[in-house]
Amino acid sequence: MARAVSIRRKSLNTFWAWLVALILFFPILWTVLTSFKPEAQAVASPPLFVDFDWTLQNYRDVQAQRAYFGYFWNSVVIALGSTGLGVLIGIPAAWSMAFVPGRHTRDLLMWMLSTKMMPAVGVLVPIYLIFRDLGLLDTRTGLVVVVMLMNLPIIIWMLYTYFKEIPGEILEAARMDGATLGKEILYVLTPMAVPGIASTLLLNIILAWNEAFWTLNLAVVKAAPLSKFISGFSSPEGLFYAKLSAASTMAIAPILILGWFSQKQLVRGLTFGAVK
Amino acid sequence: MGRITLAGVTKRFGETEVIPPLDLEIADGEFVVFVGPSGCGKSTLLRLIAGLEDVSSGQVSIDGRDMTEAPPAQRGLAMVFQSYALYPHMSVRANIAFPLRMAGMDKAEQARRVEAAAEVLNLTAYLDRRPGQLSGGQRQRVAIGRAIVREPAAFLFDEPLSNLDAALRVGMRLEISELHKRLATTMVYVTHDQVEAMTMADKIVVLQAGRIEQVGSPLDLYHRPQNRFVAGFIGSPRMNFIEGPEAARHGAHVIGIRPEHVVVSQTEGPWKGRVTVTEHLGSDTYYHVHDTGLAEALTVRAPGDGMAAPGDEVWLQPDMDRIHRFDANGARI
Amino acid sequence: MSTRSSRKAARLMLSPSVIVLLVWMIVPLAVTVWYSLLRYNLLRPERTGFIWFRNYTNFVASPAFLSSIVNTLILVVGVLVITVVLGILIALLIDRPIWGQGIVRILVISPFFIMPPVAALIWKNMFMNPTNGLFAEAAKFLGLPPFDFLGHAPLASITLMVAWQWLPFATLILLTALQSMSSEQIEAAEMDGANALNRFWFIVLPHLSRAITVVILIQTIFLLGVFAEILVTTNGGPGTASTTLTFLIYKEALLGFNAGTAAAGGVIAVILANIVAIFLMIAVGRNLDA
Ligand SMILES: Nc1ncnc2c1ncn2[C@@H]1O[C@H](COP(=O)(O)OP(=O)(O)OP(=O)(O)O)[C@@H](O)[C@H]1O
Ligand SMILES: [Mg+2]
Repeated sequence: MARAVSIRRKSLNTFWAWLVALILFFPILWTVLTSFKPEAQAVASPPLFVDFDWTLQNYRDVQAQRAYFGYFWNSVVIALGSTGLGVLIGIPAAWSMAFVPGRHTRDLLMWMLSTKMMPAVGVLVPIYLIFRDLGLLDTRTGLVVVVMLMNLPIIIWMLYTYFKEIPGEILEAARMDGATLGKEILYVLTPMAVPGIASTLLLNIILAWNEAFWTLNLAVVKAAPLSKFISGFSSPEGLFYAKLSAASTMAIAPILILGWFSQKQLVRGLTFGAVK
Repeated sequence: MGRITLAGVTKRFGETEVIPPLDLEIADGEFVVFVGPSGCGKSTLLRLIAGLEDVSSGQVSIDGRDMTEAPPAQRGLAMVFQSYALYPHMSVRANIAFPLRMAGMDKAEQARRVEAAAEVLNLTAYLDRRPGQLSGGQRQRVAIGRAIVREPAAFLFDEPLSNLDAALRVGMRLEISELHKRLATTMVYVTHDQVEAMTMADKIVVLQAGRIEQVGSPLDLYHRPQNRFVAGFIGSPRMNFIEGPEAARHGAHVIGIRPEHVVVSQTEGPWKGRVTVTEHLGSDTYYHVHDTGLAEALTVRAPGDGMAAPGDEVWLQPDMDRIHRFDANGARI
Repeated sequence: MSTRSSRKAARLMLSPSVIVLLVWMIVPLAVTVWYSLLRYNLLRPERTGFIWFRNYTNFVASPAFLSSIVNTLILVVGVLVITVVLGILIALLIDRPIWGQGIVRILVISPFFIMPPVAALIWKNMFMNPTNGLFAEAAKFLGLPPFDFLGHAPLASITLMVAWQWLPFATLILLTALQSMSSEQIEAAEMDGANALNRFWFIVLPHLSRAITVVILIQTIFLLGVFAEILVTTNGGPGTASTTLTFLIYKEALLGFNAGTAAAGGVIAVILANIVAIFLMIAVGRNLDA
């Protein structure tokens, strides 16, 4: 590892790396900048980078005209609700597979993964009709459940790979010390797995927040989260760049920040432990 | 009280039988050591006693009560693991108190017992640290502390010292022996280090492939091994085995003689060979003698100031009273 | 670790997850298969009846079907090629000693966290719009006529947007794999006289092969389901120029109200996805014990 690299080489590498990074990040940066422009300056030609009249008007307008916070709140409920519920039923399942592996554990894990691969569109019709008949269309409950089911395999897999790293002897020690199963999970396993559980929560909140198939198809207004909110800008409101940008910024900012914190765990979570 | 009885206990993992039917009686207050080669089932046997695995058949009783189906928590045993298995997120104090907390003991009594245990184990200064901030020996003591606070019927140790360095191991060995003297509680101790077995045990159980080869006091095993396996397993360096005409002359299929029961002479003796390697330990010298025509090589233990050098021809004088004789099945004659 | 009671507890604690996933997988799928054999239009619920494979033949025979398969392939393969090739290059670049590596990583990964409809709308309006978009501005600056990306090259434009979202994922995984490579291996090759290109070809690329496989397979799963990007940009058009299989089924179901045909399409999509999935399972499964 410790290789002397000439300052010149390093400068050059740094230049290219930053250039590429900024190009990739530019659309986001541009959106955030545009969100602070007055609508007229947003479409100015040639484009204005920073020398425009900074304003928060767009944010006020978006909230006033489109009731942003209602959608935001739905997104929060769906993301936290589905992830919380998923982790709640995922922890016992992951405990079972990590610490009491049986002959079929491997097949079971594979099967869980396979449910993730079923294309959502393949079951769109029956889910839509079932939701309609159960009165779950456009309800948060329905979306929490569906999004939870979408992410449950990832939740279980991530927890499983984290639990696998905890030595079983510690749990056995707890058992010898007189802990019941519930106490063993509550007092010993869970505190030890906190980092793993936290990254599982984080990554799945992100995935749930960005989910844009079921939320678009099963929500109308009442339970609509930000994906629906933003899709409303597809036309012709999308031509109001400043407002579109403000709306977009509000839709992505919370999750972008969470994402920055979770990037290390991302790889492991999304590759089901195949790449660490 | 801590009398443990295994009656007809077997253990299978799937198709493979790890423990064939086995009977064993461990008396109250006894220090019993399980020894045997790696994979022979020592840990499995200990875990069957602990209740961390179920027996496939047979009965485990503690103080005369059938505990075969009882979960670990109800057996009243404490276990010290090879990896210590401390709770990394709890302080030393909380680690030691954990079994008491699980038992629902009141806080004051918990604190009193933890303090007392810490006193005994010299841990008082470390009570507020996390296990991660302790040395291997200190962690080991915490694990023992966690075991003793419950005042269990018996202690189970699974190779508790194998992660420690040599010097520390000797120290801890003595501490555990002292602890046993003081508490007079039954201890069942698994090791594959025969020095630990010989020095600590009241009774050694030698296992091979899940079978008990011999049960006896350390000196009993040393002086009267029941079979060739035990003879080869107990004692260091290993006993020399000689087959063929020399064995037949003693009316046996195989004879065994320990390295310390052979004298090296530069002038005379019944056996003759050439020294190939000498190992100087200071107090002793081990000679590896080839070309005796008796066995591939014989090991001989001589005083530290032995004078033979590699390449020398030497004569060997075995102490004929100390020759062990075995039949074709390896059983002692 | 396992006694009868702990195994029993394990089964008990596993069952909620297994049951909900089983229900989630089996029930809708069975219903889909059932509907796919029925005449079933949501607007005319009274006209029902068992029609065997007529929905399938209708679905497959429609000209949109073939073009949707082709479009799906173009989208998936296009995104895969872009993300894997650029991903390797960027990963190699970031892996070298540079100043501010942490920030560079954060900048590169960011597009992955953007909600798909947001990403699509940003690209559609602020970049690709033929009158006010930044690309049009750039063209004007260079004295070129502006290009109507979504009008004239809808599929390529969507491919570009989706590639932008997935490039971070590929880069991050390839970077992780690169960082797990021992520098001794590279140094040994250097000692053996391998030049940079040889080192890349014979040492680095083989080391990355598993990560590349994983990237391809996982992305494929997600890419087959690309939906929001199409919905908010082209709505599948012009004509069917950017209609993928997923989108075709959606149109059939929720725009055409033709549940039967949509279900038949769904079954076809499930079968195609499963073919990909099998390969993924083999690749991931091999690493499961590690
Ligand atoms: N859970 C299990 N499943 C299948 N086989 C097992 C299991 N646990 C142990 N075994 C097998 O049982 C045999 C005895 O194992 P055990 O751990 O008791 O040996 P040991 O005497 O403690 O060895 P060591 O000195 O290496 O610790 C070994 O052959 C081992 O492979
Ligand atoms: Mg063992």
